[in-house]
Amino acid sequence: MLDNLLPTDPEVAARVDALDLSFNKFGVDPYGIAKKDLVRSMSVFAWFYRHYFKVDVYGLENVPPRGRAILVGNHSGGVAIDGAMVTGSMLLDAETPRLAHAMLDKFIHHFPGASRLMSRTGQFTGNPEQAMRLLRDDRLLLVFPEGARGTAKLAKDADSLVTFGTGFMRLALETKSPIIPFGFVGGGEALPTVANLKSLGRLLGVPYIPVTKWGLLVPKPTRFQLLYGKPMIFEGSGHERDEVCGAMVEEVRTKIRDLIRQGRQLREKNITEADLVL
Amino acid sequence: MRVLVTGVAGTLGRIVAMRLVERGYDVIGIDRRPWPGAPESIEMYEHDIRKRTAEDVFRARRPQAAIHMATVTHLVHKSPDRMRVNLYGTRAFIQHCQKYDVKQAIFVGRHTYYGAAADSPLYHTEDEPPMSAHTFPELADLVAADLYASSALWRYPEITTCVLRIVYTLGPSKHGTLASYLKGSTVPVVMGFDPLIHFIHEEDAAEAIVTALSRKLHGVYNVSGPSPVPISTIVRAVGGRPVPVPATLISLGLSRLALPNLPPAAIDHLKYPIVVDSDAFKRATDYQHRYDERETIDAFRAAR
Repeated sequence: MLDNLLPTDPEVAARVDALDLSFNKFGVDPYGIAKKDLVRSMSVFAWFYRHYFKVDVYGLENVPPRGRAILVGNHSGGVAIDGAMVTGSMLLDAETPRLAHAMLDKFIHHFPGASRLMSRTGQFTGNPEQAMRLLRDDRLLLVFPEGARGTAKLAKDADSLVTFGTGFMRLALETKSPIIPFGFVGGGEALPTVANLKSLGRLLGVPYIPVTKWGLLVPKPTRFQLLYGKPMIFEGSGHERDEVCGAMVEEVRTKIRDLIRQGRQLREKNITEADLVL
Repeated sequence: MRVLVTGVAGTLGRIVAMRLVERGYDVIGIDRRPWPGAPESIEMYEHDIRKRTAEDVFRARRPQAAIHMATVTHLVHKSPDRMRVNLYGTRAFIQHCQKYDVKQAIFVGRHTYYGAAADSPLYHTEDEPPMSAHTFPELADLVAADLYASSALWRYPEITTCVLRIVYTLGPSKHGTLASYLKGSTVPVVMGFDPLIHFIHEEDAAEAIVTALSRKLHGVYNVSGPSPVPISTIVRAVGGRPVPVPATLISLGLSRLALPNLPPAAIDHLKYPIVVDSDAFKRATDYQHRYDERETIDAFRAAR
């Protein structure tokens, strides 16, 4: 395999070592996360995270260093670069490194290569049973309640929010997990999508094919702003009526909108870090 | 206590029967295949479970407990009577248990019941329905047999019925679905996919069945051993070389070259994991597997 030839980053290896995971005699945790594959893939990713892109992360201290929690934020940009950057910040920047388990769209595990990589790094197709199990095991979940409709926002709408699903809130209530809202800014600049080809996408088994200003699906080097807000804790059973649950979701959505607004202000240098209210 | 074991001449059947003898049970074995060299203490009958002669054994010998292992589980087995063996055999087993006052019945099923799919969660629990029986006709009869056996739980409440869904077995016998897949020095895998495989040492699987018997387990239980391992890692650990074959080639029907014995739907089992949660079984019985993932693979490798 080609990935065997890539160098590993000793700092990444040390951070993977510090993860709160128990690996068996083959270096695999009960969810199939392979230490070796995690170090290799994150070593490559770390270069992109630190040099090709640049992520200004604020409020990392708001993410609990251990125990169950759900990171909930916005999609910004035609593909989920935001998800990769959030995962990166948790593993590479957080004081206590954590592995975020993203809840993926169904199509990803249908693709050769992608399926293998995602399986070995703890990234599963999002479904309630999987999410519930990970939270009960005190893992960190990463959820984009906008789903594929969120990545489908065109560049001009990158800072806006489409409607949120309520699944994450019911999970949080049922497992008593804190929600850590985050806002992500800059995805629209990295990958300025001007159109989405839905029929071609369907043909290829993906929700759509994004088309950027320069045609190709190659992001340009960009600086991102990623802001983690204070944990939000909601009380309930997870079996509330839709109106009740919807009101709680709206509270999270409002918070995320505010984090995006502050991130945009920072990006345009209208405010400084000292002005942030996370 | 008298225990009747169907499918006793199979690999797992033999190990279970020997263990039962060691624990002081009187063992009656039924199998349409012979078991040359079977211990004398085991009362052997060479019958087909679906035939009257097998029923006669139930009638004459009146076992207090019965374990059903006479199912065809190999994915490669495509004989036309496979469905009949699995489904009618299971029905005959349950009905004989009811008719001849057997107190305890154990159906030994497989974890493949749950099916393999891109979007199914890791760690299936017993309450989940079989999600992909329709995509895999070669397994549909096993799923049906499992559900039929489970129906005895409400149909015949007087029988303590237990359905076990056991993960792939592996060990020195070199028999079983996973063992035959791993047999060659090069093992085809699906390019770009590397599913977790859940397996258990065959001795541990046998011990789990004996435990279900001695603890008088009632209900449906998953049985697993160590945590699952990616397929490519297993292939290398047994000394083989994984050869990636593109899925498109396989689905185009060229699989005959690479995977001569696998039905087309089996490809999902080489792309996606089937992993089960066996906490309920462990809680109910205090069962603990003896062989970890390395020891299980080494036991198979040493015999290879």
